[in-house]
Amino acid sequence: MGLSGGVLILHFDIKANDMSSAGEASSSVKRKLNQLGVNPQIVKKAAIAMYEAEINTVIHSFGGCADVEIGEDKIRIIFTDEGPGIPDISLAMQEGYSTAPDEVREMGFGAGMGLPNMKRYSDVFDIKSEVGKGTVVTIEVFIKDN
Amino acid sequence: MKVSEIIDLLNAELLTGNENLNLEINAAFGSDLMSDVMAYVKESLLLLTGLVSLQVVRTAEMMDIKVILCVSGKIPGDNIISLAREKGITIASTKHSMFISCGKLYSGGITEKGVWD
Repeated sequence: MGLSGGVLILHFDIKANDMSSAGEASSSVKRKLNQLGVNPQIVKKAAIAMYEAEINTVIHSFGGCADVEIGEDKIRIIFTDEGPGIPDISLAMQEGYSTAPDEVREMGFGAGMGLPNMKRYSDVFDIKSEVGKGTVVTIEVFIKDN
Repeated sequence: MKVSEIIDLLNAELLTGNENLNLEINAAFGSDLMSDVMAYVKESLLLLTGLVSLQVVRTAEMMDIKVILCVSGKIPGDNIISLAREKGITIASTKHSMFISCGKLYSGGITEKGVWD
C-alpha cells in the first residue's frame, strides 16, 4: 500500500442537478485507490457506495460535498448536503422506494436502490437527516491486508 | 465468446474500445436501470442496455464492466463515447432489441449470470 501510517484526505464539491459531472468524484477516488494498490474488490465496493451517494446528492439535494479519508485500515466517505432532508429514513432505505423525478428515471436512476446499494457495499453505513437542514451519509469500507 | 465474436453475432457496430476485442465474455446483464446493475451484478461482464447516458459509462467504470452493448440501434453521443474511450470501455451498438440480443447471446453460450445469487 502507498500509505504508511498517514491518512490521505480528499474533498469534492457536489453540484445539485449536474448529471454530466455526476460520478467524477467517485471516479477520482477509484483512480486514487487503484494507484495506492488497494485490493480491487475493496476498491469496487468503495467506488460503488460512493457513486450511489454522489448520484443521490446530485439528484435529491440542493448541493453538498464529499470528504474522503483513505487510511491504512479503511476508507471513510462522508457526504454532507444542504437539504432538503429526508422525512422518513426507513422508508427511503426500502428497496424500490424512490422520490426521484421523471427526468432522473429516464437516465436510469430513481429505481429506489441507491441507499440499499450504499448499505450493501459498505462495512459501516450511517445516515442522519433533518428536514429543512440536510443529510449526512457516512460510508466506511475496510481495507484488508493484501 | 470473445467480444469480436459477439459483435459479429449481433451485427453490431463497434464505436470505441478495440483494445477489448479479444476479451472473453461468459456472462451478461441486460438492464436500463443503473442501480439494478450495481445491486445485482457481481462479476465483470457484458452490459446490454437501451439507455444512452454518461451514467451508463460511469456505472460500468465503477463495476469494472469493460463492454457496453447498446441495443435497439441506439447510438451514444460523442461525449459518452469519449468518456468510454478514456476509461478503456468498449461500446458497440446493435439494431436488435434487448430481448433478441439477450436471446442470441444466451443461445450462443453466454449462460453464466455473473450476478449475486
